[in-house]
Amino acid sequence: MTKISDYLSKSAVENIQAALARAEETSEYSALLSLTKERAMERAYAVDSGEITGRLAGVPFVVKDNFLAYGAPTTAASKFLQDFYTPLQATAVEKLEAEGAICIGKANLDAFAHGGSTENSAFGPTKNAHDKSRVAGGSSGGSAVVTALDVVPFALGTDTGGSIRQPASFNGVYGVKPTYGTVSRFGVVAMASSTDTIGCFATCAGDAELVMDIMAGRDERDGTTLPDFFAPETVKPGQKIGLIKEFMSDDVDQAVRQRTLEYVDRLKAAGHSVEEVSMPMVKYALPMYYVIVPAEVSSNLARYDGVRYGTRAEGVKSLGELYGKSRDKGFVDENKLRIMVGSYVLSSGYFDAYYQQAQKARTLLIDEYRRLFDEYDVLIGPVAPTTAFKLGENTDDPVKMYLADIMTVPASLAGLPSISVPAGVDESGLPIGVQLTGWRKSDANLLALAKSMEVTE
Amino acid sequence: MVSQSVLDKYQMTIGIECHVQLATKTKLFSGADNDARDKSPNSVVSPIDYGLPGMLPVLNWQAVELAVRAGKALNAEVAKVSRFDRKHYFYPDLPKGYQTSQLYEPIILAGYVDVPLENGTTERVRIHHAHMEEDAGKLTHFGDYSLVDLNRAGTPLIEIVSEPDIHSAEAARAFATELYRLMTYAGVTHGDLYHGNMRFDVNISIAPVGSTTLGKRTEVKNLNSFRSVEKAAEYEFRRQVELIEKGETIIQETRGWQDDKQITTSQRSKEDAQDYRYMPDADIPPIVLTEAEIDKIQADVPKLPYEYRAEFADLDVDKSVLAVVLAKQSLAEMVSAVLAVDTPAARRTANWVASNLSVDEDADISQVAQAGDLVELAAMAERGEISSNAASEIFNTLMSGSTDPRQIAEASNLLQLSDESAVVAVVEQVLADPASQKAIEDIKSGNDKAIGYLVGQVMKLSQGKANPSMAQKLIKERI
Repeated sequence: MTKISDYLSKSAVENIQAALARAEETSEYSALLSLTKERAMERAYAVDSGEITGRLAGVPFVVKDNFLAYGAPTTAASKFLQDFYTPLQATAVEKLEAEGAICIGKANLDAFAHGGSTENSAFGPTKNAHDKSRVAGGSSGGSAVVTALDVVPFALGTDTGGSIRQPASFNGVYGVKPTYGTVSRFGVVAMASSTDTIGCFATCAGDAELVMDIMAGRDERDGTTLPDFFAPETVKPGQKIGLIKEFMSDDVDQAVRQRTLEYVDRLKAAGHSVEEVSMPMVKYALPMYYVIVPAEVSSNLARYDGVRYGTRAEGVKSLGELYGKSRDKGFVDENKLRIMVGSYVLSSGYFDAYYQQAQKARTLLIDEYRRLFDEYDVLIGPVAPTTAFKLGENTDDPVKMYLADIMTVPASLAGLPSISVPAGVDESGLPIGVQLTGWRKSDANLLALAKSMEVTE
Repeated sequence: MVSQSVLDKYQMTIGIECHVQLATKTKLFSGADNDARDKSPNSVVSPIDYGLPGMLPVLNWQAVELAVRAGKALNAEVAKVSRFDRKHYFYPDLPKGYQTSQLYEPIILAGYVDVPLENGTTERVRIHHAHMEEDAGKLTHFGDYSLVDLNRAGTPLIEIVSEPDIHSAEAARAFATELYRLMTYAGVTHGDLYHGNMRFDVNISIAPVGSTTLGKRTEVKNLNSFRSVEKAAEYEFRRQVELIEKGETIIQETRGWQDDKQITTSQRSKEDAQDYRYMPDADIPPIVLTEAEIDKIQADVPKLPYEYRAEFADLDVDKSVLAVVLAKQSLAEMVSAVLAVDTPAARRTANWVASNLSVDEDADISQVAQAGDLVELAAMAERGEISSNAASEIFNTLMSGSTDPRQIAEASNLLQLSDESAVVAVVEQVLADPASQKAIEDIKSGNDKAIGYLVGQVMKLSQGKANPSMAQKLIKERI
């Protein structure tokens, strides 16, 4: 797979033409919803003429289609926004463009990022880069697949409960979910405000580090961003690492456990210590997540009402009908399911029993992490209990689909940095990722550790 | 109609919620201009106010500071940590599908307002809390369609919630009026009632006098004048008494005030009440204030109405005069500045204010006279250099931005002839006039009233400039 450095030595026009050609070649994967050809070529000429410079000058990338970006509609893979052209761009996109990077297209996702397979896209599912009969993972499936297929050396995604880490694992690329507040959420279609994070896919840890370094930092347009703390590090020797026992149970595929243990052995061989730790609270993480996140989803999707932009039902006779029919047309079933669950847990009489209770449990989960990170630098475990499943295999069973997130949602609820690192394949050649999680603001250490393991490969 | 004796059997209990529009430059969460007055529809709307995908609120710190000022005016504790919540409902004037408000941890905690009543007593109304929130847009309904104007969407408000401590329509009006004074004096709001800068919701219930349990309450929403607060309370009290007397029950509901008919009408009952599905707003970090920050902000709050009221006690003017002076901070400040120099001059100034200015709640009195000029004007009046009419005329000129009362008097030919020799000349001319002889005879025969005629002739001949009391004295001396 190519790296960012492979592009920096070539002309931008050449890079962009090649990336666009590769995108067309791989269209059968349905990884991209649109190409921003015209704008990409304009920017490429500007790079080659020296008008645009920077650390990523002429390097093509792709954004998940829930980032506001010029050159194509921002659809969030929904019918609702299929014709929505943004008047301004996401901060993350602006920062990458300021370094000369060139967005060539917008990647498929589960509509409004609701899902773990990209099968909830209103425009059809994305196929796994290693097996077209299998899911890409999700919700940032398209971004993971274009990175794995070498269309671009990096792509942007959002991770609310595993939406970067899980598809990274399923497609064999690096996926970074940073500390909550590391990268501005301004200009990204909101899913769940308290856990949404902006991150990236890359083919090596060093590239992910560079992209995160560029995107990170305080943005006055997002009040929840942290002052820039991200700075690439050299790996700290002799780190104390905890292997999460609960994630290594018999419910987890044998091959997934096997590759995880092999990665653990390599960490030990590199001079780090690894011991088993227990996190009793993680078994409650999924129920917490599926109370808190739908609640926030129901709120954040309330603005899609057909009054000002997006899908608007025609021929309606009342305001209620305008809302009902516009939202019915604009949302996929999974969106509606989450809006209903979210509205339910927030309604009077249930708020205390569900939402408040889930928030209390969340505090306990964070406390559990805090205690562990008093002692350990990093926690390790698999990213997902399985490798990529078959398309359609879980679509009728939301609970089974949600279980695919069981190992990724805890770090999201706690706002912790967590990355997915390729760790080999199973017997059918399907990729497996291990997950490295750290305490808040230890993002650079996770990437440094992953990078050092690459070197020893 | 129920008789007064029946009404007297009941007592009303009122709690008031007041929305105050904050005098910020920009909106609560965006950089859009906060002054929507006379702007064309949807011309002061940012992508944030518009609820575009991916937009995030950025808290306007000036709004926080004004809320902290309001806390001082309400004698209330300001929360060290407060947070925003989302209140959900679908309506086209609400672009995000939720209103950002504060339910669980408001910025202003319990306080009180001491309300001066007409009879000279003071009634304390406790404040339950006050919270920050954003305003919604405005809908205009036409035949089979409606238009949305989002200019006001995102305008910062504080909602002040009183305890049910008010027991008369007059006190309700007095409370609303005092709140207006407190909020305008503290600089929290421009107080433009015509443009809805302060809107009152009156919650009212009745119970037999002496009863300790409250009846079912109704809420009359969106009153935008002190008078309508009083009238709505009066009307609701009567309406509820009538219902109870007829053996009917009060329905807990929201009612609207029809200003043209002076009645309230039902808008929606409690059964239709929406479930707002409140939840914390994770996009806005909590507002954290230290004691020092609160003190620093509150140190800038100028004198409040009750401080002026105490100061003006020495003025010895009529209550009604004081009410006019206190109606606007600019006037209270002006009188206070004169008082710092000279008490009689301040008394005169207060009386000029009350008799010359139209100070209703919509009046904008930002321009006032300078204290030095008022002191001089008072001295001129005191010395009889100008008539009282001339003093009023000069006062009005000073209020419109002019300076130097003596120059104004000279320019407008308003100085009286107080130089005795000049007046003597005129008096003698009048007394020598054959037309005056009848009056002179009358006076000599003991009819003092006739002197008025002679003074009038002197004034006429001097073109109004003679000092009338001096003229009278001189006439008497010569008859």
